[in-house]
Amino acid sequence: MTRFVESAGVRLAVAEWGADAAGERPTVLLLHGYPDCKEVWREVAGELAERFHVVAYDVRGHGASTAPRPQRGGYRLEKLADDFEAVLDAIGADRPVHLVGHDWGSVQGWEFATRPRFEGRLASFTSMSGPSLDHFGLWIKERMGHPTPRRLAQLLGQGVRSWYVYALHTPVLPELAWRGPLGRLWPKLLARAERLPAGSCPTTSLPEDAAHGAWLYRDNVRERLLRPREDAYARIPVQLITPTGDPFLSEHLYDGLDRWAPRLRRRTVAAKHWLPRTRPQLLARWITDFVDDVERGRSSGESAVEAPRSHAPLKRGALGAAAERFAGRLVLVTGAGSGIGRATAFAFAEAGARVVAVDRDGDSAARTAELALLSGAREAWAQTVDVAEEQAMDKLADRVHTEYGVVDVLVNNAGIGISGRFLDTSVEDWRRTLDVNLWGVIHGCRLFGRRMAERGEGGHIVNIASAAAYQPTKTLPAYSTSKAAVLMLSECLRAEFAAAGIGVSAICPGFVNTSITATARFVGATNDEQERLRRKASRMYRRRNYPPEKVADAIVRAVIKDIPVLPVTPEARTARMLGRVSPGALRALGRIDSPL
Amino acid sequence: MADGLRGFRDVQRLAYECAQAIAARLRPGVTERQAARAARRWLVERGVRDWFHLPFAWFGDRTAFAGFKLPTQFFPTNRRLEPGMPFILDMAPVLDGCTSDIGYSGCLGPNPLHDRLTADLREHRDLVLRGVRERRPLRTIYEDVDRLMARQGYENRHRAYPFGVIAHRVDRVRQRRFNPHIAGFGTQSLRGLAKDAVRGHRDGWSPLWSPHKFSDHPPTPGLWAVEPHLGFRGVGVKFEELLVVTETDAYWLDDELPHVRRWEGSAA
Repeated sequence: MTRFVESAGVRLAVAEWGADAAGERPTVLLLHGYPDCKEVWREVAGELAERFHVVAYDVRGHGASTAPRPQRGGYRLEKLADDFEAVLDAIGADRPVHLVGHDWGSVQGWEFATRPRFEGRLASFTSMSGPSLDHFGLWIKERMGHPTPRRLAQLLGQGVRSWYVYALHTPVLPELAWRGPLGRLWPKLLARAERLPAGSCPTTSLPEDAAHGAWLYRDNVRERLLRPREDAYARIPVQLITPTGDPFLSEHLYDGLDRWAPRLRRRTVAAKHWLPRTRPQLLARWITDFVDDVERGRSSGESAVEAPRSHAPLKRGALGAAAERFAGRLVLVTGAGSGIGRATAFAFAEAGARVVAVDRDGDSAARTAELALLSGAREAWAQTVDVAEEQAMDKLADRVHTEYGVVDVLVNNAGIGISGRFLDTSVEDWRRTLDVNLWGVIHGCRLFGRRMAERGEGGHIVNIASAAAYQPTKTLPAYSTSKAAVLMLSECLRAEFAAAGIGVSAICPGFVNTSITATARFVGATNDEQERLRRKASRMYRRRNYPPEKVADAIVRAVIKDIPVLPVTPEARTARMLGRVSPGALRALGRIDSPL
Repeated sequence: MADGLRGFRDVQRLAYECAQAIAARLRPGVTERQAARAARRWLVERGVRDWFHLPFAWFGDRTAFAGFKLPTQFFPTNRRLEPGMPFILDMAPVLDGCTSDIGYSGCLGPNPLHDRLTADLREHRDLVLRGVRERRPLRTIYEDVDRLMARQGYENRHRAYPFGVIAHRVDRVRQRRFNPHIAGFGTQSLRGLAKDAVRGHRDGWSPLWSPHKFSDHPPTPGLWAVEPHLGFRGVGVKFEELLVVTETDAYWLDDELPHVRRWEGSAA
C-alpha cells in the first residue's frame, strides 16, 4: 500500500506492509541508498512483513517522491530529518521504530540516531554500507593527525574507494551521464558487479534518482567531513552489518565505532555492496533477531544486546570475528557425534549459529545438540543419518530445508578409518570406505550445495579431507584414496561454485586425537588383533595429543577467510610443503612400515 | 565407621565447609590469590597446621587449565572473578594427622553450561566406585572414565595434573611442630607419598592413579583422593573426595558433601 506524505515542499511516497489494526507489531522502517529507491527493499520487506509492520519511503528526489526546488541545498541532512519526522508522524508510530538503512539510508540513519531530536522515537538502528559522515570526518582527522604507516594505508585505501564521491562533485556531468548512457547501462553493470540474478534490475526511475541523488553528496559530504560533529553518539542499540567485499567502503571505517555506539552489535557477511538485493533472507533474519532482542530488552528493562558469552579469553579475538559472521546462520555438521565434527559444532555454536548435528549415532548427535545449545547456539537440532545412504541423505536435506531453512555452512566431516595393505583390503572394505568417506561428501555437496546455489545468497562448504590425501603411504591405501578424492572434489567444486558466491574449503588434518582410531578397521588382522591395534593406535594418537578443538578453530578460520586448502597440524603442513619441494622424499616416507 | 576414619571425615567436612564459606564470599573483582589466601586463613584459624597442599583457586578458563604448559601455572594468579565465571577451590589441609584433599566447583551467578557439567560429574563418581568394587585395574578404570567423558562430549582435564593422575593416595602424617612446604606441598605428606612410591614400586603398585603402566594393578587398600576433572571450552568442573578402599570392598568416606547433596536435591 503506497500513500503520499507532505513534507517541507515535497511529497514523499510511503509504502507499508504487514500493518496490524491493533498496532501491536513493532515497526521497522527501511531507508534506501543511492542510486536506489524504496524498491530495493522489496524482498527484505516481504520477509519482514510476516512479523513486523514494515515501512519504506522514497527519499526526496527519488522514486515516486518529488524533488525539492531548487535542488541545491534541498538535500541537506536537516531537511532529510524533516522528511523522516513527517513520515513518522504520518504512519502514527506511537512506539519507537526500528530503523534500517542501506548506503545513504544508513548515512541518514546515523544522523537521526545521533540527534537528540529523535530521542524516544527510535528503538534501534541497523546500519549497512553507510557510515556517519561525522564519524567519517573524525576518522579522517584522526588519521591525518597521527599518520602512522598503517593509518596512511587505511586513508589511502578508503580514498581510492571513494572515487565516485569526487566524480559526483563535478557539476552537470554526473546528471548528463546518468540520464544518458550510464543510466541505460547501470542495470547490466550492477548485475555483473554484484552477481545479481537476471531480471532483478533497478526500476525505471533510476536515471532521475541517480541524477537528483548527486545532490545528497554535494549538499552534505564536504561540509560534514570538514566540520564533523564531536557529539554524534548513538544511545540506542546499533547493529552494524559489514559486507567484507564492499568496493566503496573499507572495513576499517568502523574500527573505533564502539566509542560512538556503545551498544553495538557487529555482523559481517562475505558479499559486496548491495546487501538488500543479494542477501535479502540473511538481512531479514539478522534484523528480526536484532529487533526481537531489543524489544525483549525494552520489556525486561535490561540490555539484551551484548557481547557473546564466553570464558575463553585466549580466543576472544577470533571468537568475535566468528560471532560477527555466523550468528544466526544455519550450520550443518555431519559426523557431529564425536571428534572433529563435535568440536566444530561447538565452535559454531559458540559463535551463536543455528546448528544441525548429524550423526549415525543418534544419542551422541543429541548430546552434541544439547551442549551446543548450552554453549551459545541460537538453536540446535540433532539428526540421525548415515551419510553413506543416499535416500536417508535425500530425506535429511528435505527435512532440514523445510524445517530449518537453507544451510549457510555445510561441514562434511563424517568419515571412517581403515588401515592395512592394499592386497589385504577386500572389495567390501573398499566399498564401505568409499561409501562413507567419498559418497557421504558427494551427497552432502550435491543436496545442500544445490539448495545453496538456488537460493543465491552464497554460503560455504567445508570438506574434511586429510593429510593422507597427499601423503602416499602403504598403510592407508583405501583411506588415502578416499580422502584424495575428497580433496580434488573440493577443488573442482570451488571452481564451479565460485560463480554462485559459495566458497569451498578442504581441511587436511594430520594425527588428531579423536575416536577414529578406536573404531578404525585394520584389514588383515584377526578379531583379537583388531582390538589390540585399535588400543595401540588410540594410545599413539593420544600421545600425539592434537585436540580436535584446534581443527574446529581452523575450520571456522577457513570459512571466514575462504581458504581453499588448509592443512592442520605441523605434520600435515610439513608433508604438503615436502610434496612441493621434493615429491620423491614424500614418496619415500610412504614406504615406511606402520609402527603398529 | 572405624575410629581411624572419623578424623579423616571430620577434616574433609571442615575443608568443604571452608570451600563453601569462601565461595559464598566471592564477588566480582576478587582475585585467585585473595581467594586462596582467605581459604588458608580460614583453615588456620580452625587449627590446621600442616597441608598436603596449600589452597588453590582457579577462575574462568583456568578452571579448564586452558593453555597450561608448566606446573607453575597451577598456582593462584591475579585473575579476577567476573559475573558468570566458573571457579574451583582445591585445598588439602591436615588436621590431627589426618589428611583431606577436596575440590569445590562453583560459578558466580547462573551459568546453565556449568550446571550441566556439574550434573554430568555424578556419573563419574558412580563409575569410579563401581570399577573399584569390581577390582578392575586402576588404569582400566581410568580409561573407562576417559571414554565416559568423550561420550559426554568433554575433555579429560585431570590429565593436566602431574603424571595425569585422576587420584592419589593420602595417609596419616606425623604431627610436627614445624611443617614446611615445598612449592605448595607439605613436606610430611610428600614424604609419605615418596615412601608409598618406593614400597609400591617393590610390590607392583603406585600411590598415583594414572593412565600409565605403573597404574595397571587392582585397587590398593587405603584412602584415595579421587578427582575427576571435566573440561568443556573454557569451563572446568571437578570434585575431589576420599575413597576408602579395603581388601574386598570400597566406599566413599562421606556422602554428606555439597556436590552429592546438590545432585540428590536436583534428582528429588
